[in-house]
Amino acid sequence: MAARRNIPVGLLFILCSLTFLIATNTHETTSTSEHPDKAVNLPEKSTETGGQTTEQPAVEERQWEPTEFQEETVNDAAAEKQDATPPETTTTSAGAHPKDDFQEELVIRPLQSGDVYASFQFRTLWETDFMKGNKVSHYRLFPKSLGQVISKFSVRELHISFTQGYWRTMQWGQPFMPSPPGAELWVWFQDSVTDVDGTWKELTNVLSGIFCASLNFIDSTNTVQPSASFKPLGIGNVTDHRFLRYATLPREIVCTENLTPWKKLLPCGSKAGLAVLMKSEKLFHSSFHSQAVHIRPVCQDSECTTTSWELRQTLNVVFDLHTSGQGKREWSLFKMFSRTLTEACPLASSSKIYIDITDNPQGEQFELTPATHLLSQAVVLGDRRTFSVYDLTEANTFGSMRSLNLLIRWKSSEGDMLRPLLHAERYVAGYGLQTGEIHTLMYNYHPFRSFPILLLDSVPWYLRLYIHTLTVTSKGKDNKPSYIHYQPSKDRVRPHLLEMLVQLPPNSVTEVTVQFERALLKWTEYTPDPNHGFYVGSSVISALVPSMVAMDTNNTKERPLFSSFFPCKEESSYFVRIYTEPLLVNLPTPDFSMPYNVICLTCTVVAVGYGSLYNLLTRSFQIEEPNPRLAKRIANVIRRLRGVPPLA
Amino acid sequence: MAAPLTVVLIVAVTVRACLFRSSLADLIAERVEVVSPLNAWKRVVEGLALLDLGVSPYSGDVFHETPLIIYLFHFLVDYAEITFMVSSLSSHIVLYCLLLSLIVTSCCLFVDRYLLNPFTVLSCVAKSTCGLNNAIVALFILSTIKKNALLSAIFLALSTYQSIYPVTLCAPAVLYLLQRQYIPVNVRWASFWWFLLQYAFMYLGSLFVIICLSFFLLGSWDYLPSVYGFILSVPDLTPNIGLFWYFFAEMFEHFRLFFLCVFQINVFFYTIPLSIKLKEHPVFLIFMQLAVISIFKSYPTVGDIALYMSFLPVWSHLHRFLRNIFLVSCVLLACSALFPVLWHLWIYSGSANSNFYYAITLLFNVAQILLVSDYFYAFLRREHHLTYGLYLKRKDGSEATLVLK
Repeated sequence: MAARRNIPVGLLFILCSLTFLIATNTHETTSTSEHPDKAVNLPEKSTETGGQTTEQPAVEERQWEPTEFQEETVNDAAAEKQDATPPETTTTSAGAHPKDDFQEELVIRPLQSGDVYASFQFRTLWETDFMKGNKVSHYRLFPKSLGQVISKFSVRELHISFTQGYWRTMQWGQPFMPSPPGAELWVWFQDSVTDVDGTWKELTNVLSGIFCASLNFIDSTNTVQPSASFKPLGIGNVTDHRFLRYATLPREIVCTENLTPWKKLLPCGSKAGLAVLMKSEKLFHSSFHSQAVHIRPVCQDSECTTTSWELRQTLNVVFDLHTSGQGKREWSLFKMFSRTLTEACPLASSSKIYIDITDNPQGEQFELTPATHLLSQAVVLGDRRTFSVYDLTEANTFGSMRSLNLLIRWKSSEGDMLRPLLHAERYVAGYGLQTGEIHTLMYNYHPFRSFPILLLDSVPWYLRLYIHTLTVTSKGKDNKPSYIHYQPSKDRVRPHLLEMLVQLPPNSVTEVTVQFERALLKWTEYTPDPNHGFYVGSSVISALVPSMVAMDTNNTKERPLFSSFFPCKEESSYFVRIYTEPLLVNLPTPDFSMPYNVICLTCTVVAVGYGSLYNLLTRSFQIEEPNPRLAKRIANVIRRLRGVPPLA
Repeated sequence: MAAPLTVVLIVAVTVRACLFRSSLADLIAERVEVVSPLNAWKRVVEGLALLDLGVSPYSGDVFHETPLIIYLFHFLVDYAEITFMVSSLSSHIVLYCLLLSLIVTSCCLFVDRYLLNPFTVLSCVAKSTCGLNNAIVALFILSTIKKNALLSAIFLALSTYQSIYPVTLCAPAVLYLLQRQYIPVNVRWASFWWFLLQYAFMYLGSLFVIICLSFFLLGSWDYLPSVYGFILSVPDLTPNIGLFWYFFAEMFEHFRLFFLCVFQINVFFYTIPLSIKLKEHPVFLIFMQLAVISIFKSYPTVGDIALYMSFLPVWSHLHRFLRNIFLVSCVLLACSALFPVLWHLWIYSGSANSNFYYAITLLFNVAQILLVSDYFYAFLRREHHLTYGLYLKRKDGSEATLVLK
């Protein structure tokens, strides 16, 4: 309802009353606290972030500052002590005051295949401390449900993603936020956690409830502790992998029921800002859909004097407009999302749309309307990209129609995509249900640089890997991994974990093969559709790929969100994580219809063995005294009745 | 007697060497009838690979050999084929000596029963460590028959250490040794108890030494659950020729433990009644025990069957009392041929399901049970005839038939 309202800039009193309405409204949707006036502190951050917000009309800014600061301090004092005496507590509570900031962003990249890649990122930064027994009860932009999870389970980092479909690297290039098909969850716990497995179990159950997903199926049989592949992305130098848990559910289906709770975590919900575009009937009618939540502690500045918690919600979707369209290669926001944009989320300090126009510098490939002259360059995934930027916090972005409907009309389908330097695929070889072989192919397309990659494979226990059959070959030669971490599986307890560091020679294919044996399970351990097969999660390949251009190593600098997720340590390379296809493997099945028959028949055989031995053990040989024949016996009975002497 | 032995040895070595060099070796090594999760060579190699990676082989669920085996092959892995051939030949020579000592009559026809038994050949070519266990058991039997109580106890401890079940063989060993020392099996005789104590001490002492040695080799007790827990709790349901796999794959969860106990007790259960019945005939008791073990053990392979079948020539004098040897041999042969066929239909072509293979394992086990009970019957009957004469007469002088009552 708040999203439908427009704020006239000139009229001061209307503005005041309306924004108050919006603020209280958002407070209700995010259900943050008991004090209704607490939420009225939204643009407080805007003075610090500078950049975009200073471009806002000065009237509005000045309008907000004084009233807001006062209200804030009063609330804080009220939260700390019950008595509301503002003058004394203002100075003390201002330091401990939780500063939070919300940014939203949509990147649209027209893909060469005619598909359109749309990537939403929402970032909430909050300068608070969930740890050390600090009870945080004052929530504003940060969702309370996740904040409570962080403090209750002593989570240091949490990354969860739900993905439907498989990202086709060779057609679409690298995604901004990689994720494997199905659900993926990896969590770093604080080193104060003693029972990591127990905490992990509870956490997965809680997250299962929060996201309406089958995360409760994560147990010890699909959880691993990678030793090298998953390092913390936030600050902190604890790298003891005892506090790391990683699990995937490759079979997880992602649908509306997962999207709705995900949208509810946003400060504006799906009522304002970019999130109004998220209509599930359109989002799930796509080639690829991935939504994720990443929570990590980050540095606020380059000296890292203050840390804050970052909640990053991302949603990536690839629309297959070319095939589903009416033969015309054009798309618009309305066509993709069946909505247009009318305003930014009022709580956001920055709200932008980036359109990747790198391949289209002179507009020869496609035409973008409405045109914008605001351009931005960002180094992302080792490449310098140019983007057209639409700033939704500026009113003139929406034009006279007061709605923004971006439209791209393709002119030519020529041109080629920059081929990603690293690509991987995987398949199962062999026939029959006894053994098999997993082949992982990793392509390095760099013409002259070799680089190392970390391969992580987590294979369920019922495919028994034989590590002595592991071969790694590149260019026909044996390529010995410089590091192998292998944890064999335990039946019904834990999966195989294979991690290795392999150097990929330039312009080559590296093939990793390992043989496995398919186990016969108990009949209750099969899924309801056992002949569909069993999924094996994607291999994870983490690599530092040589970059074409110098990477930006200043992590705290203000950058577009899509280029700032993976921390970059050196200029010459960038971090990439790619996921291979999940595997679908058939296992031999027993006949599910005849447990009784099997029990009866086997017991019969055992009884035959027992009976014949018992017979021989307990009896002894005797000479048989012949029995009279049956007819004779009957005749004798009759004769006895008649009183006649019986037959001999 | 030496000439046929040499010929048989040469033939056996040639057959094995040819098979080792042929492409059949890999095929045979994958057969579920020939190798079980417990003794597959692939798993031994895997254990060695894990050891090389610095991972305890018992931390996973692939390797279930005992620590001594892994250390043996740590040094012998390059000579594995020779090792298995030697173990196969040595068990043959041992059995040959055994035959010579047991039956004085010439039985050249049968001496190659073990060595040229296709089951033994398959087991040896597949490099199943079952061959090593068989060699140990054969050495145990030989040392028992040679009246060497110490060696007998040591080998028995070794074979128990390898796969629990041979513990039941201590009864025939003790009976045999008592018999040879003319000590009656009588609880009121002190010398009986004294000997029993001696043997138990030697057996348990060597078992203790072996177990501690394994502990010091690896520095942990991990191998106990991984080897013996694996044998007793049957977590791996890979199909084999035994009765366990399908039964426990189809078992209702809350009955699992009960039936597991029933099935495992079944192996040990027959020891006491058989020892009482056959206390005068410990060698036949050994045969019976080996047969019962190979039928009712949790992961049987054809190597186990080959071991007790190699004893059959010893009982060639029972052949005239066997009732259904023809039927049983036909069934055994047919089943042996049908195993690979039905396996192929189930696993590879997908045109049959698991019930087919299961049916064949059932039939195969019924045939084995019939074979063993038939031999037992024939043995008992012969004993009866030895006492009462071959041609029995009824009171009235007519020809009598003998029945069990």
